[in-house]
Amino acid sequence: MLLSNLRTIWLTFLHLFRKAVTIEYPEEKEKLPARWRGRIVLTRDPDGQERCVACYLCAVACPVDCISLQATQDETGRRYPEFFRINFSRCIFCGFCEEACPTYAIQLTPEYEMSEYVRQNMVYEKEHLLINGPGKYHDYNFYRVSGLAIGGKAKGEAMNEDPPVDLRSLLP
Amino acid sequence: MSPLLQTIIITVVVLLVLMTIAANLIWVERRMLALWQDRLGPNRVGPLGLVQVVADMVKIFFKEDWIPKFADRPVFFIAPTIVIITVLMSFAVIPFAPGISVVNLNVGLLFFLAMSSLGVYSVVLGGWSSNNKYSLLGSLRAAAQMISYEVFMGLSLMGVVILAGSFNLNDIVEAQGRITWFFIPQILGFFVFFLAGIAETHRLPFDLPEAESELISGFHSEYSGMKFGMFFVGEYLGITLISSMIVTLFFGGWLGPSFLPPVVWFLLKMAVFILIFVLLRAALPRPRYDQLMSYGWKFLLPLSLLNLVVTGLVVLLLK
Ligand code: SF4
Ligand code: SF4
Repeated sequence: MLLSNLRTIWLTFLHLFRKAVTIEYPEEKEKLPARWRGRIVLTRDPDGQERCVACYLCAVACPVDCISLQATQDETGRRYPEFFRINFSRCIFCGFCEEACPTYAIQLTPEYEMSEYVRQNMVYEKEHLLINGPGKYHDYNFYRVSGLAIGGKAKGEAMNEDPPVDLRSLLP
Repeated sequence: MSPLLQTIIITVVVLLVLMTIAANLIWVERRMLALWQDRLGPNRVGPLGLVQVVADMVKIFFKEDWIPKFADRPVFFIAPTIVIITVLMSFAVIPFAPGISVVNLNVGLLFFLAMSSLGVYSVVLGGWSSNNKYSLLGSLRAAAQMISYEVFMGLSLMGVVILAGSFNLNDIVEAQGRITWFFIPQILGFFVFFLAGIAETHRLPFDLPEAESELISGFHSEYSGMKFGMFFVGEYLGITLISSMIVTLFFGGWLGPSFLPPVVWFLLKMAVFILIFVLLRAALPRPRYDQLMSYGWKFLLPLSLLNLVVTGLVVLLLK
């Protein structure tokens, strides 16, 4: 027993010459994996328009109910959120919203330095969330895949979509 | 210079140096523990984090000093001071260099033992007056542990006394100059004294009185602010005391090659033992309470008795 204790002490002593694992945070930062679940952004499609179609799925999926938004449409029938608000003092960064989103609009990014002195500042509005890029999915464009007609794209012009058939022409 | 003035100067200097050492041990311990655990430890405040001590002190002075309603107030107040007083009193007899000790008592060793026994009161009263079951358990443990380790702490030193033929610490150091450093003939005594010293200062691995995982914080659970700080400073002073006693009794005190002044030799050796204390804390887990007790009574006590008998026999035969 004594010997094993002495061995423990010696081994611990040897750790003096090991390199410390500490990362001295503000100066050095850890390189986080790309799928790290940090600060949430709303992305735009490759045409530069908002991806979010205000379907409320993220708000429903959110276990802490920290997303709130209001749907609206522009004159061409394209849906978008009138406001989109995430309360980051409640968000637990579970990523469920990202998984629920049908359009890849809402995405979590590896940024984590979001501390604030005033709690009110933790509430992010759409202008804080919306970024000028497509995020992790560069080519996906929901309105170009779906069959919905909106401004600049009529029925049948979506990807892998045939032009609509004139039913009457099928009449014998 | 009159002897009185000299004594006063020595006392003040010793007090200041001890307080500085004890305070800086906070930094030393945190830093070394961290290094031994592959971390860095406090390194932000000042160069190498040396000013951390000041930061800690400022913090602890401004903490709320809360006294529980159910505590026994006078005793609650006195308890933390006892540990500091007794430990500081013990330092009075330690010779830091030839002629540099506060008093040159001819029963210096007994005085040290007496004072370190009195130190138990601090823990026991602190735990009792807190009126809290965990504190009480902690202080009961402390009482049992310290009293039983006291027994062979004294016995283990008798070998040194036989060899040196004196209870006077100055004479003991000088005897080591004549014979050898006593840890060679007294390796068993050194071993027992070292373990008993750890138990006396209730440091890890023998910190059962304050075993965090079972007793919150043991006897000082209810203490906060500077009263808690005093227990802590007392603990660090205790480490310093035991280290200096080991140096004085077994490692030749101030003796050493003459390219460094004696005080420096003393402090260097002391520093080595303080670091060993910290290393033990980093390395060893805490034993169970019954293991601690049976280890003490069934192993260390016979060992120290054996050491005493053999030393006496050898000295008699060599006469
Ligand atoms: S990451 Fe989780 S908690 Fe945060 S907004 Fe998304 S669903 Fe809600
Ligand atoms: S972010 Fe995605 S899931 Fe949430 S409302 Fe917009 S489209 Fe729907």
